[in-house]
Amino acid sequence: MKIINLDHISATPVLPEVQEAMIEAIKMNYGNPSSQHKIGDKAAEALNAARESVARLINSPIPKEVVFTSGGTESVNLAVKGVAFAHSNKGNHIVTSNVEHNVILRSLRRLKMMDYHVTSVPVDEYGRVNPDHVAKAIKDETILVSIMHSNNEIGTIQPIEEISQITKEKKVLFHTDAVDSVGVVPIDVQKLGVDLLSFASNPFYGPAGVGGLYIRRGIKVWPLLDGGVQENNKRAGSENLIGIIGMGVAAELTLRDMDSRLSHLKKLREKLLQELPQYLTEYHINGHPEYCLPNLVSVSIKYIEGESVVLMLDEDDIAVSTRSACAAGALQASHVLLSIGRDFADAQGTMVITFGVNNTEDDIHRFLTVLKDSVKTLREISPLYTQTNAAKAAQA
Amino acid sequence: MYSKTVMEHFKTPKNVGVLDDADGVGELGNPLCGDMMTIYLKIEEEHIKDIKFQTFGCGAAIAVSSMLTEIAKGKSLDEAKQITNKDVAEALEGLPKNKLHCSNLGADALQMAIKDYEDRKAGKPKVKADGEEKPDQSHGEKCYCPYCDTEIPEGNTFCKGCTLEV
Repeated sequence: MKIINLDHISATPVLPEVQEAMIEAIKMNYGNPSSQHKIGDKAAEALNAARESVARLINSPIPKEVVFTSGGTESVNLAVKGVAFAHSNKGNHIVTSNVEHNVILRSLRRLKMMDYHVTSVPVDEYGRVNPDHVAKAIKDETILVSIMHSNNEIGTIQPIEEISQITKEKKVLFHTDAVDSVGVVPIDVQKLGVDLLSFASNPFYGPAGVGGLYIRRGIKVWPLLDGGVQENNKRAGSENLIGIIGMGVAAELTLRDMDSRLSHLKKLREKLLQELPQYLTEYHINGHPEYCLPNLVSVSIKYIEGESVVLMLDEDDIAVSTRSACAAGALQASHVLLSIGRDFADAQGTMVITFGVNNTEDDIHRFLTVLKDSVKTLREISPLYTQTNAAKAAQA
Repeated sequence: MYSKTVMEHFKTPKNVGVLDDADGVGELGNPLCGDMMTIYLKIEEEHIKDIKFQTFGCGAAIAVSSMLTEIAKGKSLDEAKQITNKDVAEALEGLPKNKLHCSNLGADALQMAIKDYEDRKAGKPKVKADGEEKPDQSHGEKCYCPYCDTEIPEGNTFCKGCTLEV
């Protein structure tokens, strides 16, 4: 039986057109885009073409505002640390939110070791930041606000435009981690009003290991890697041209197919949410019902632990992801789920289902059928389930 | 990531369930790590006549519980007291390093169940499972860093052993 992939947040398949373009690029034996000869010129042309495609995807008016990186992790690190280092003469305070990805949490932790200070604003039950809280957190020493565009665990989309109004007024730089948004939902850096925006190629079916950082023209960012003057002097090292070409093609395909992908994903998501009650009792859907990614469903299932569900589904060739601490190799439940009010046990039983362009309604049906059996089996093993049922019986 | 034996015990766990007339119950919960385990014992002539478990936890935690009950079944109480976390992990052909703390939970729950049996026999007041009063669980409440196995005090989000956020 074919494996049903409902874990596109971990990895997406590289589209056939992208694969072909990359194989073609390997065969081209491109030179170094920085070289001053014809071989180099050809490479530079390919690099610039990809940059233009990617810039169009996020509606950046100047392609040079896109700096290619090795992926979302590097982009965010470059944004946060690059701004912090370049603007340390102005201040040492950064504002962020309680539901950011580890890449932000740990980048900021590193900066805290270097005498920077961080204020983290809370979120509501849907995982949304209140822009007023951001405004209140900004001080004279604030040099950067970093709030993610969409959340990788619950899919909630933040009020980025409202927050950028505030940062503009207060003359503070604004970065958004849009790794799980770019290429999935329409992103327009001009409309969002952000100064920096991180993204990666794989979420829109390009190769992993390539990403980009949008840096609005004129903003000072120190490179993380020192060396040559590649990427507008913001990221040294010969470019990963094959990967970048793949990302460029993936961006073009995304621009072409955005509308049809969105309606396909939304249909799948709606179907899952609609049918779930017929297969499952006692669960909670996490995230904002309206401001959310079209491809993600986060569900906390009571009395069971997420990793065991993932393993059981895998036995039936269905791939999903979990936010349980056990599976994440962490000790504690997800900070995102705790921030929106899930308790430890419910956070442990949280699954993240992410759709892709190749999923069908049949996939959802098979998933739900297997999920129902898996949850039943695991609840029979669960002391929490037995205790709760005993307590309910005693009350009745 | 898991050994074949772990997966077998996870997929078809042995001795799952509740013993309503248990002679000893060991209940260990760890809200911080997210694992919970209950062991039920039926004792005859100081031997484990029957043993059942219920577990809320990951694949490793379920496999540990299943293997533990298989090892303990039929043993005398003196023999059962000698069962260590290491025995269970070894019988499972090893556990990934970040899952070793799951095996700690298993053997601790068994020892608690034996103690509960001995306390009852000695006439100590029985602790109600559904009451506010809970048996001393402190020794099972510890959390260990999944990367370096250093103990993490409750409330800490930072491992002193490997300086990682947990």
